[in-house]
Amino acid sequence: MAYTEEELKKELETKEYEYGFYTDIDSETFPVGLNEEVVRRISQKKQEPQWMTEWRLKAYKAWKKMEEPEWANVHYNKPDYQAISYYSAPKKKDQYKSLDEVDPELLKTFEKLGISLDEQKKLAGVAVDIVMDSVSVATTFKETLAEKGIIFCSISEAIQEHPDLVQKYIGTVIPIQDNYFAALNSAVFSDGSFCYIPKGVRCPMELSTYFRINQAGTGQFERTLVIADESSYVSYLEGCTAPSRDENQLHAAVVELIALDDAEIKYSTVQNWFPGDKNGKGGVYNFVTKRGICHTNAKISWTQVETGSAVTWKYPSCILKGDHSIGEFYSIALTNNHQQADTGTKMIHLGKNTKSTIISKGISAGKSQNSYRGLVQVHPKSTNARNFSQCDSLLMGNQCGAHTFPYIEARNNTAQIEHEATTSKIGEDQIFYCNQRGIDPEKAIALVVNGFSKEVLNKLPMEFAVEAQKLLEISLEGSVG
Amino acid sequence: MLTIENLHAQVEGKQILKGIDLDVKAGEVHAIMGPNGSGKSTLSSVIAGHQDYKVNQGTMLLEGEDLADLAPEERAHKGIFLSFQYPVEIPGVSVTNFIKTAINATRKAKGLEDMPANVMLKKIREKSALLEIDSRFLSRSLNEGFSGGEKKRNEIFQLAMLEPKLSILDETDSGLDIDALKIVANGVNKLRSKDNAMIVITHYQRLLEYIVPDFVHVLFDGKIVKSGTKDLAVELEEKGYDWIKEMV
Repeated sequence: MAYTEEELKKELETKEYEYGFYTDIDSETFPVGLNEEVVRRISQKKQEPQWMTEWRLKAYKAWKKMEEPEWANVHYNKPDYQAISYYSAPKKKDQYKSLDEVDPELLKTFEKLGISLDEQKKLAGVAVDIVMDSVSVATTFKETLAEKGIIFCSISEAIQEHPDLVQKYIGTVIPIQDNYFAALNSAVFSDGSFCYIPKGVRCPMELSTYFRINQAGTGQFERTLVIADESSYVSYLEGCTAPSRDENQLHAAVVELIALDDAEIKYSTVQNWFPGDKNGKGGVYNFVTKRGICHTNAKISWTQVETGSAVTWKYPSCILKGDHSIGEFYSIALTNNHQQADTGTKMIHLGKNTKSTIISKGISAGKSQNSYRGLVQVHPKSTNARNFSQCDSLLMGNQCGAHTFPYIEARNNTAQIEHEATTSKIGEDQIFYCNQRGIDPEKAIALVVNGFSKEVLNKLPMEFAVEAQKLLEISLEGSVG
Repeated sequence: MLTIENLHAQVEGKQILKGIDLDVKAGEVHAIMGPNGSGKSTLSSVIAGHQDYKVNQGTMLLEGEDLADLAPEERAHKGIFLSFQYPVEIPGVSVTNFIKTAINATRKAKGLEDMPANVMLKKIREKSALLEIDSRFLSRSLNEGFSGGEKKRNEIFQLAMLEPKLSILDETDSGLDIDALKIVANGVNKLRSKDNAMIVITHYQRLLEYIVPDFVHVLFDGKIVKSGTKDLAVELEEKGYDWIKEMV
């Protein structure tokens, strides 16, 4: 007979994590623990220049004096930072010229992820930089991009090859002492991506990075730096997965975006870290700091689809420094079972005539807690600033929670700020209506959820939108795949 | 087509249907009339398989097949369609996307491939013309912000697209002005054929002037207390439901 809400809930609980496999790759891992010596060794391993080592040490010293934040609406056992290994690299670390040289196990991993490099290369026209356990193992399309003067490589490589750019911009948007996790990342980041688009260049393809945590007991601290020089454009995609493990894995990334005058950066994330099992065991702690700065007439657009992680703490933000600059934040956060998400954005209006838009869609199922936390701040000199915020929550069942914490600080009376919020529930009547038209309950839920998320899904690049849509379905479906 | 025998059903422990017998053959249109609370909408929900309604006695057979153990979507796949009295809103899902999903779900259940896009498009154009539906309407979110008339027209549009064997129109006339009623009735009439059947549930005789039934049944207190031809509907309109109450 038909499905009741009870039965739906039961189905949702049985959903399995699709990417829960472990790749057996010979890797070199540091013993657990963090001290100055470990920071030095990471820097040494990566043959970094002196200034980088010192920058890391400064960050480490700052971190040691800081305390883990507790203001977010999430509850977890704080990780023991001395029980984590801060470096894990696949041992055969060569520069691959062709796919044949890549470890076959690694290739298998990519295949399971559905991002066969080869296919990506040939079909999608996407340049992929893959970060697996902290070290960037393969970069494609580098040559095509190089012709336009675009630099797209691992951050380690950038530190070697383009130290001037890295030194000039790293830590300028997110200072090392910005917050606990950013400081930790600054001290121990092992790899990440770097991207530079020269003046007036429109990047001809979507740049893509795929992160994956593999080794047990390692934290992933990747660092991304994207610089769009004057009048340039880039669309950057980031996807994340992790194998299922019983223990909680830590992920503390930092992403800095710099959009110089008239530049535009579109940054899209599909985050599918392991969320833990249905009893709330395991899963990734995702404590990420993402922030961009917009110079005159520049635009930064964050789009995120967050379906994974046991605990998410993430607020991709925009500093609208230049006049006429624009910041956008489009987010879908889906939580199921025991997942907890506290996510949102900060829009800091400094320049005149700056505009920001926030569209947040939270979907909660199971026993999960989903919070939107956002700050819209208008500084005294920012005349005619505008903001529009819309926060919608969709609930499934009656054991989950949706929360909204909007903070508005306007210190200029020309500011125009609008905030709208709705909360709705997937109703049995909606499901029955779909059923009556021949659509089964799982598909019906997917339909309602996709409809709810449409405004944000539409902001994603085409191929990513399809993947994100599937991910939303998988995250809520009873059966695998 | 549909054979109902001694059907008893309850909702939240309250007995609503108390022994319904109904035999609907292919090509026929049956009207079910009755005062408020007589069980008309319960009957349509029970046929469609709504989980809140428990059948505690009797049988329902569709072309000889017992419906008892079939989920609502399985009944839909077998060709049962319910035009809802209060169609639900699904924000962000367009009319087109919804009907496409519904058609392909039914095809999948029958082991067929998805309907090719061009065939789908042609069919959508044809059926929307039949119901005088504007193409802009098709890209709007399902039932969101629709007027009463638009909601009902959308229901009949879905009926036209899905081509069911048995259609149940539950109070399709409620919320319709006379122009909209004519368009909807006209559409329904064009969809009538010797291979399908319809059950029209209504409180008033008005709709039956446009959709002329072969049989009229009067439902009262969970039972069919009187059956006849379309003249019965006229008589009911004149004498009111009190006449039936007295008779029972």
